[in-house]
Amino acid sequence: MMRNLDAAFSALADPTRRAILSRLALGEAGVMELAAPFKITQPAVSRHLKVLAEAGLIGRRVEGTRRPCRLTEEGLASVDQWLAMLRAALSANYDRLDTVLAELDPQQGKDKP
Amino acid sequence: MTKLTLTTEGDKHVIVKRRFAASPEAVYRAHLDPQLLQKWLLGPEGWTMPVCINDAKPGGKIRYEWSDGKGHGFYLTGEFLELTPFRRIVHIERMHLPDPTPDNHVETTFEPDGKGTLMTMRMTLPDPDTRAAMLASGMEHGMEASYERLESQILKRAA
Repeated sequence: MMRNLDAAFSALADPTRRAILSRLALGEAGVMELAAPFKITQPAVSRHLKVLAEAGLIGRRVEGTRRPCRLTEEGLASVDQWLAMLRAALSANYDRLDTVLAELDPQQGKDKP
Repeated sequence: MTKLTLTTEGDKHVIVKRRFAASPEAVYRAHLDPQLLQKWLLGPEGWTMPVCINDAKPGGKIRYEWSDGKGHGFYLTGEFLELTPFRRIVHIERMHLPDPTPDNHVETTFEPDGKGTLMTMRMTLPDPDTRAAMLASGMEHGMEASYERLESQILKRAA
């Protein structure tokens, strides 16, 4: 589990791979389609796809000569975890703000004119 | 308690919502008054905000500096665009790490919610890559804070 998490985070650290994931969030896509928005070669995109697949973020199926990619549930769970971490950082700030507000607004809870 | 929600919208937005047990007036003030901001807008445990400058008027400048007290730090600059007292703040901000990140356009609203306030922060990043990078860096800070808290709990138990 930890090894997968490390691989997922390291796969997410690359902007091209994040862009590929953003595209796949819209639905399944083939290599040609995924390579289209980038100024990089198809083999380079294939290498990125290999990293994403090894990290468990995407899966591929065979459809004739095509091997379309899609996001995996595990991949979505990683992204969730990624957001949960940011949530934790923000929550710490807002928990402190609760304390500040409690000191600032002794009238809280009472109706004001 | 899970009070905070953080969601993405479209490919350039991040939406944060949080309820507070205080009036919109108080929550609005706590977002603009430097003396109050220095008490809560701190990020990971152990960090402080030695510099907190904000000129709360349209076009007014923002500069926040954070330090971990061990020689590490970063700062944020920005400008206010619109201020509607107790209801809405619109500003632009960028982090300097030390190179500036692309501008983040932030609209923060404070709505009465029962006896408290619902705060909604809507961030708009220039493109999906910038948003991904921002979320990733937030993750790193969050993880660091979590690990530090975990570490201090472990140390307390061992003591």
